[in-house]
Amino acid sequence: MYRKQDKKTKIFKHIFIWLVIAFALFPLVWTLSAALNPANTLINQKLIPQNASLTNFKYLFNNTQHPFPIWLWNSVKISFITSFIAVSMTALAAYPFSRFKFRGRRNGLFVILLIQIFPQMLAMVAIYLLFLNIQEVLPAFGLNTHPAIITIYLGGAIGVNTWLMKGYLDTIPTSLEEAAYIDGASKFQAFYRIILPLARPILAVLFVLQFIATYSEYILASIILNSNQKYTLAVGLHLFISDMYSNRWGVFSAAALLGALPIVILFMLVQKYIVHGLIGGAVKG
Amino acid sequence: MKLWRNNLLHLAKIIILSILDALAVWSATILFTEHKYIFLSVLIIVTVIINFIYLSKKTYALRYILPGTFFMILLVVYPIIYTVYVSFTNYGTGNILTKPQVINQIENRYYLPEDTEGFSFEAYKLPDQKEYAVLLKNEEGKLYLAIEEKVTEVTEADSRFVDQDNDGKIDMIGNYEHLDRAQLFKNLSVLQNLEFSLNDNILKMKSISQFSLYRQQYKYVEAEDKIIDLKNNISYFPQEGSFTSPEGEKLMPGYRTYLGWKNYFTLFTDSRVSGPFLRVFIWTFEWAILSVLTTFVLGLFLAILLNDKTLKFRKIYRVILILPYALPAFISVLIWRGLLNTEVGVINQILNTLSLQSIPWLQSVFWSRFALVVINLWLGFPYMMLISLGSLQSISGELYEAASIDGASAWQRFKFITLPLILVSLGPLLISSFAFNFNNFNVIYLFNEGGPPIVGAQTPAGGTDILISYTYRLSFESGRGADFGLASTVSIIIFMITAVITWFNFKYTGALEEVKENV
Repeated sequence: MYRKQDKKTKIFKHIFIWLVIAFALFPLVWTLSAALNPANTLINQKLIPQNASLTNFKYLFNNTQHPFPIWLWNSVKISFITSFIAVSMTALAAYPFSRFKFRGRRNGLFVILLIQIFPQMLAMVAIYLLFLNIQEVLPAFGLNTHPAIITIYLGGAIGVNTWLMKGYLDTIPTSLEEAAYIDGASKFQAFYRIILPLARPILAVLFVLQFIATYSEYILASIILNSNQKYTLAVGLHLFISDMYSNRWGVFSAAALLGALPIVILFMLVQKYIVHGLIGGAVKG
Repeated sequence: MKLWRNNLLHLAKIIILSILDALAVWSATILFTEHKYIFLSVLIIVTVIINFIYLSKKTYALRYILPGTFFMILLVVYPIIYTVYVSFTNYGTGNILTKPQVINQIENRYYLPEDTEGFSFEAYKLPDQKEYAVLLKNEEGKLYLAIEEKVTEVTEADSRFVDQDNDGKIDMIGNYEHLDRAQLFKNLSVLQNLEFSLNDNILKMKSISQFSLYRQQYKYVEAEDKIIDLKNNISYFPQEGSFTSPEGEKLMPGYRTYLGWKNYFTLFTDSRVSGPFLRVFIWTFEWAILSVLTTFVLGLFLAILLNDKTLKFRKIYRVILILPYALPAFISVLIWRGLLNTEVGVINQILNTLSLQSIPWLQSVFWSRFALVVINLWLGFPYMMLISLGSLQSISGELYEAASIDGASAWQRFKFITLPLILVSLGPLLISSFAFNFNNFNVIYLFNEGGPPIVGAQTPAGGTDILISYTYRLSFESGRGADFGLASTVSIIIFMITAVITWFNFKYTGALEEVKENV
């Protein structure tokens, strides 16, 4: 690198990178092509479809057996509510660790971190049985309900995120709150009116990370939800594709592209923070 | 104004607390009537703690932490503890109910003794209601009236009997009206389920023209904790969740019960279970290691190429190369599943046009594992590239300069400078990545549901199943019965492995001390 590179090395580098790019784009290009191909089959698919059309997308929105729009909406709804509540709870939990002196402060955050190292899905059997029992007493929170799956996701709300949040709050000077106290604000008001607005960037990043993770979750959703109208996109698409793969390839491709779109946009928005957060040890689901 | 706002906040707190308490009281009454005393006491304790925390000044900081912690305890800590408990039981299909429920169910079974008494009958029904009365006559001509769940012996002169047309047949009993044959058929489904007890026996409909005396077949003897088959005179004793005769015959259903370490022994010593389990266990490690290795090698190599500031288009390359990471993994895996479809997938078609043979991506164990590693390489290399790029930028250029002056080749510079330094800073992330892939359910399950199946396996273990997908299939695979006990046992093993990996990670990086010092 600190010697003058000869031309051959340079060309080799570009060729290698292009090969990897081909590998990276290959599935995406085929999916796009299939989505636009009205033939709707895997057989004899050409890379550039003849008479490209949006037939597959239209079919997607008029299919009662596999209600894609409902799945997409369920996923967005569940992810949004989960992320909103989770980020609120994270902000609340991180604040005292950053500001207050209290007993158990040193070990508290550490215990939270330690517990959340174990993925929640390991306890899937117990979670299933728990909601089976809840169903008998409180059907609105039982199996096959959205409140149930949101509640389950909230179990993992505080954890690494609390740690990241606390780190950010530590960088906000305490003099701001002290000024607020002098003006007669209560502790909660100082938190709510002074600190939260300042922490907006980290709140947004954590929200997006939580949203992506919730949107992509499959295993717990598949255990809890069991009817066509309640499925999330992950559960629904899996079913859709297992039913009749080759016959609906075009429709599936359209669904895959539309389903991926919100996440790709969100990811690009916070990309720089995610890259930063990666170093902190957060892994995207 | 400020005072007012403060009071408003306080008021809001009180109102929310009151609503919660009201909900708690309401739930408590339900739990009390359902005799769920353990849940009831937990509910009371939790409610008291919540009230204390939000009303006492001493626990001010906890008010902020409580909401998140509440959900964590309910949906992470409690399920973990419950998983441990279930792993010591036989909970699963065929052993779902508790012992009292099972005893109750078995005691309600009847048989028709050989010396049974037959009754001819006439049925009566309250108009517009599903209330029935049955007038029975035994072989000796004695009359019995079954009404309002009681059977009494009656005479023909009973005051309730009304014979309107004096044909010798009773047309009404009280307000109950006689059912003719057509009406009898209409009401057959309800009549068939009528049961009346008479002299310790059960009167049930045997055919359209006859009631018979059935006898209770099983009786539970609490003192000896056994069930006696009164018909065949056999005793059934509880054994691992089923009442079992000395000959080994089991009464179905079984009940759930504590088994001790049996599930753990089964997993490791019963060859029909342990064989597939061992395969899954070894593949899980192979899978996690291969995943980390392949993604890291490709990611690091790309990062080194892209780190060269003289490289043209490096910014554009970087954006394109992280695209696979931007897509939700579940969608990418399903797309790959289509591309690799053996009969109609694009990849086999390309192979065919190159006059190569189709590869059974989803049917052969080797090829589906191979495909999974490639898919995961596709999913994971951008992450490795990104973290490697970050880490490379922190390596000082002077080191390379010094090495160049000493005459080190590019390979030597990589081997002695780049790799060791990168491994130090990325080590913990690589271990985390290992742990993540160890439990990477989505990729494994969405690609091929853990298949292809292992022939002759006692449990639903497939050729590409990893421990977590194996757990899932043990519990929720349709078609086979659920074995929650064994599934929880596998879960516990994953827990322990995760704990070891984490401990190793902390020890290796000192992250633990860092966390504690920074709090």
